[in-house]
Amino acid sequence: MDSLIAPLLNGTADGALLLIAALGLALTFGQMGVINMAHGEFLLAGALTGYVIQQAISSTNGSILVALPVAFVVAGLLGVALEATVIRWMYDRPLDTLLATVGVAMILRQVVLDTFPSQGVGVVTPDWLDHQLDVFGYEWPLRQLFTIVLAAACLTALAALLKFTAFGRQIRATVQNRALAETLGVSTRQVDRITFFVGSGLAGVAGVAISLIAATDSTLGTKYIVSAFLVVVAGGLGQLKGTIIAAWVVGVSTAFFTQWTTGSIAQVIVFVLVVIFLQVRPQGLFTVRTRGLA
Amino acid sequence: MTTRLKSLLPLVGIAALAIALLVVAPAVLSDLRLNNLAKYCCWAMVAVGIGLVWGRGGMLVMGQGVFFALGAYAMGMHMQLESVGEGGIPTFMILYDPLAPLPAFWEPFRSGAFTIAMIVVAPVVVASVLGFAIFKRRVKGAYFAILTQALAVALATLISGTIKYTGGDTGLSGFTSFFGYTLDDPLNRRLIFTITASLLVGCLVVAWQLYRSRFGELLVATRDAEERVRFLGYDPANVKLVAFVVAAVMASIGGAMFVPIAGIMAPKSMDAAASIFFIAGVALGGRAALFGPVLGALAVGYGQSTLSERWPGAWIYLLGLLFIVVTIALPGGIASLGSRGAAALARVRPPHRKAESA
Repeated sequence: MDSLIAPLLNGTADGALLLIAALGLALTFGQMGVINMAHGEFLLAGALTGYVIQQAISSTNGSILVALPVAFVVAGLLGVALEATVIRWMYDRPLDTLLATVGVAMILRQVVLDTFPSQGVGVVTPDWLDHQLDVFGYEWPLRQLFTIVLAAACLTALAALLKFTAFGRQIRATVQNRALAETLGVSTRQVDRITFFVGSGLAGVAGVAISLIAATDSTLGTKYIVSAFLVVVAGGLGQLKGTIIAAWVVGVSTAFFTQWTTGSIAQVIVFVLVVIFLQVRPQGLFTVRTRGLA
Repeated sequence: MTTRLKSLLPLVGIAALAIALLVVAPAVLSDLRLNNLAKYCCWAMVAVGIGLVWGRGGMLVMGQGVFFALGAYAMGMHMQLESVGEGGIPTFMILYDPLAPLPAFWEPFRSGAFTIAMIVVAPVVVASVLGFAIFKRRVKGAYFAILTQALAVALATLISGTIKYTGGDTGLSGFTSFFGYTLDDPLNRRLIFTITASLLVGCLVVAWQLYRSRFGELLVATRDAEERVRFLGYDPANVKLVAFVVAAVMASIGGAMFVPIAGIMAPKSMDAAASIFFIAGVALGGRAALFGPVLGALAVGYGQSTLSERWPGAWIYLLGLLFIVVTIALPGGIASLGSRGAAALARVRPPHRKAESA
């Protein structure tokens, strides 16, 4: 029983982390066609924000609750800055956004290397999260449940934003037909900027959650970015439910394979499986039906 | 200038580069610098292939490190076995497990001929299978870029994770001889440089021939209007596949020569970051031009080893900034500066009214 429950729970928690990281990507890549390779570094920015706040207010217990919104704003502002300086020039050239943001990622990583100790910084788990839950005899760390709750909260907030607010309507209108939305009075420039703020902000939140689990050093972003992209691609563009399922499947299957072999090999197996899956469904799990030739 | 003469112009360029690399460089450079130049030549070979796939074919490959690694590890395994002698076992394996036998897939690499064959065959097989799957399913654009990068990450992780067979993160090193020539001898190292530079010139000649052939025209046509090529009765997937396979072989040969020159092969030289480093030279030099990728790769290689020795951080900032500026302002790379300048002049003073062309 233990061998089933442990990977299921751990995998779900890892999948939840991937989901928050991928949500922001899904928003900017899926909705706007911008491939932001610096998204991983925004995760890192969130993790470091969590660390800095924990150092600043010496109470470790409350710091995470402060860190979450602050990290959202910090990463979000980074995203807005990136949009305003680099990405706005290349909305019609998606592959070029990929290249340019690789450059941005290199610079951000080096800034972190030059500012923070190179061996990485540790974030202390607050007391109230440092417990074990007993699930059918398996000692499950509470902070894993926390990442799942956090992912659910982010998802609900994002879905509500897209579905029920006037701004969400404007995003959807811009995605569907930019020119028409503009003629109807939607400021698409502003929509772009705010979409970027929200998408990048989510990376900041994911970063805080990751910092509770893994070591925070300059390679953190690189570790997550490729998996997050695979989740978005496997889930299908512009589809929140696809992203959710893909993140969960990737998280849980990695955890299961890790049981039989080492962590790194498990990752490779999952990569290969995703690539094979894309052979069967090149457009991902769920696709928007389109008559375009894309 | 007649068109016939003009079509031979690239050949003059290749000859000039060959003379610079094979005659001038060995005469004026010290052993150390020549060895460094040999390393840049290896990267330049990868770059010529990327120029073919990305510049002409429009497919951004972010995982060329995979093919670099195929050649490099084949060569590394052979040299490792050559260094330990007949029946010997590589040191890292003994350190890891003193009683371990040599893994079965290592055994054939004792043969030099087999190794050389694998350096070409392995990338052909891997690129064909991968390319067939990707291009037939019409995976392209960003999906293609991300998939190839994921594969580079996967392979690097795999090599790091299998210490017993591959040396893990430390990789393969401690080579003493190269097909019977000892590596200590400076003369032999000069020989290796000559081989590498000749191979680079060879890659350029192949690329030049491909570009002026019917295939080269089809490749550009596929990049610019894939549907139209399909409606004309060609299969774009096959065109892309050929470009991808040729580029993979170039990367593999570059990787194979990199090993005796650098004296080490580790996952770090082929992972996602290394694959992006390969792209950097191509992007800066100009991806669609014949010489852009080569000159860009040589420049980036030189810049990395000279600047990063003195100011490690500054080089990264500079490279990152160049990436951004070139993509925003100069997508054709430095090679396009000339034609852009001419176009700007033409705008100022239009020569004649030309017929509207598509």
